[in-house]
Amino acid sequence: MIKTPAKSTAALLTAHKLACERDERRLFNDLSFNLYAGELLQLEGPNGAGKTSLMRLLAGLLPFSEGEILWQGQNIDACREYFYQSILFIGHLAGIKAELSPLENLTWFAALEGIHDETLLEQALWQVGLAGYEDHPCHQLSAGQKRRAALARLTFTQRLVWLLDEPFTALDKNAVAAIENLLIAHSQAGGAVILTSHHALEALPNLKKLSLGEEL
Amino acid sequence: MWNWLKTLYHRLGSPKWFYQITSKWLPWFVGSSLLLLGLGLVLGLAYAPMDYQQGNSFRIMYVHVPAAFLAQSVYMMMAVAGIVLLVWKMKMADVVAQALAPIGAIMTFISLVTGAIWGMPTWGTWWMWDARLTSMLILFFLYLGVMALREALSPQETAAKACALLAIVGVINIPIIKYSVDWWYTLHQPASIKLTEKPAMPASMYLPLLFMVLGFYALLGWSVLLRARAEVLRREAKSGWVRELLKDK
Amino acid sequence: MNQAKHHKAAAFCRLTPKQVNSPSLAGVFVAALKREWQLQVRRKGDLINPLVFFALVVVLFPLGVSPTAEILAPVAPGVLWVAALLAVLMSLDALFRPDLQDGSLEQLLVCGYPVAPLSLAKVLVHWVLSCLPLVLLAPLLGIMLYLPWQAQGVLMLSLLLGSLALSLVGAIGAALTTGLGKSGVLMTLVVLPFYMPVLIFGTGAMQAAVNGQPVLAHLALLAALALAALALSPWAIAAALRIAVSGE
Repeated sequence: MIKTPAKSTAALLTAHKLACERDERRLFNDLSFNLYAGELLQLEGPNGAGKTSLMRLLAGLLPFSEGEILWQGQNIDACREYFYQSILFIGHLAGIKAELSPLENLTWFAALEGIHDETLLEQALWQVGLAGYEDHPCHQLSAGQKRRAALARLTFTQRLVWLLDEPFTALDKNAVAAIENLLIAHSQAGGAVILTSHHALEALPNLKKLSLGEEL
Repeated sequence: MWNWLKTLYHRLGSPKWFYQITSKWLPWFVGSSLLLLGLGLVLGLAYAPMDYQQGNSFRIMYVHVPAAFLAQSVYMMMAVAGIVLLVWKMKMADVVAQALAPIGAIMTFISLVTGAIWGMPTWGTWWMWDARLTSMLILFFLYLGVMALREALSPQETAAKACALLAIVGVINIPIIKYSVDWWYTLHQPASIKLTEKPAMPASMYLPLLFMVLGFYALLGWSVLLRARAEVLRREAKSGWVRELLKDK
Repeated sequence: MNQAKHHKAAAFCRLTPKQVNSPSLAGVFVAALKREWQLQVRRKGDLINPLVFFALVVVLFPLGVSPTAEILAPVAPGVLWVAALLAVLMSLDALFRPDLQDGSLEQLLVCGYPVAPLSLAKVLVHWVLSCLPLVLLAPLLGIMLYLPWQAQGVLMLSLLLGSLALSLVGAIGAALTTGLGKSGVLMTLVVLPFYMPVLIFGTGAMQAAVNGQPVLAHLALLAALALAALALSPWAIAAALRIAVSGE
């Protein structure tokens, strides 16, 4: 179901000596890592260490001052469109429109991947416990329910690498466990995940950690 | 030559090098602007012959015309700096753009005010909706827009890029604005009063003008360098070389 | 009825779509149009306020200048156009800011498709929903300002073409000032100089119509401006949005 890259041993995503400056402050320097298929990479560090900045930088929302990012061994400048169509980024703000219903919100995200199957989307909402709320405008939902609506994308997305910034915010225990299962399923199917979280995720197989902002 | 230009360009990208090299350039700009402006003013105000139609009032041209020249070319320079910033990500280009904007606005203002003063004896009114005056006024608002945008946005990188983009959009629009204003003017004002059709000027009249224009450009260089150098120090205040520099003083 | 059962079952299992067609840009563009339509139709206030603004500004003139036809009729083309122009400008203020605040703008930038056409979809929907009503309201206000009948059609046509250019150019300003909490005056300052050509050609067309002169040339110029804006401004909007998001 998920297209695995031809050379499964090669790194999916490589960061090479990245540096990022924000407001004339250097957040990190000389940052390198490899992300292989099947891996979960957790970014760690105190508040303000640059975890979110690194996420946004990988998603192409922030410019980086030095270094390069490789996608399957190729500089992302050479394969921008392909790269951005292979990643799924969900930030602090998940991009859920308050005026639209969960179903309408999902329709747009599904259309970006060429999925137009409404029963699938209804199933996805059922999966995340939003059955019965398909047609309520999202401003009537609680914060946790909105988050669930946003994360419902993860149940059907075909994108290979997920970048999740604090995905567990506002979720209850059951939902956190369910998301963890989803992450495991994705990595076992050959995908990869980078996430920031203050939850302990040690139980997950194939977990790697990357610490930011320690030398400061 | 090309390689020399390329190294110069790369070096100009470094704030420290920019600061050092411009301290050598500065005296040249100071000297040439003082010389040219002095020469132009003395020749233009004292020695150029009176205009047969306008008398002595035409002499305001020696300030008005160079200011109008700069008003337009500074905007172009800002847009070029904007392209350099957005395409090649050279931060020094933004320092220069930031230094240019208020100077351009002031030059536009000077050319508007001197135009108005010139208009009183020539047309008998302080202001008229002449095509040139009107497009100059719009240009003045374009400058104010860029400056206001920079003032409002933060962080600095965002403001820099946004201003660069606005300057580029502005440059694309300036010809359209100019054309439409010309068209509007001819529609509303059958050319009853026109700025005097200039007869061929004698050398004693246009040479001072040439000196003044060159002098204004040198003055521009001087003030841009001063402003840019101050801005470099402000932006690099935390870096080692600036601290050392300030320690010596 | 079986809602209770649903609620327990927050399983988050992977689903396999029956078929996945890698979508074309055209497909994504249509989806964006649909989503924007759903979204903007639901913001009733944003749709109605510019109309009320337009009507109010027009009403100020008889009160402030003179209610007589001899004075109002000659200035009617200019008053209508200036009021419509300001109404379009006002309506654009909130075009991108909600998207920045709820993260939709981020999602637009990371979606893997070119941002320029997708932001164009947004502006086009806005034009249809906010500017077309202005065009329809204009003749009514024209009657109140004693605008001659022969100019009514040209009023609508020139506003139709002009408002497209105004929306597209104004959207650049809206995108540049997206990152600011409130941008009203700043956006006006940034955008208005660029509106002057549209105003000149728009009122030019109407003056010609009032005087019984041919209007085709004026309208052609307006159409040219609208087309140029259609071709160029999406790129500037996309760049401005990228800049706005990188500043967050």
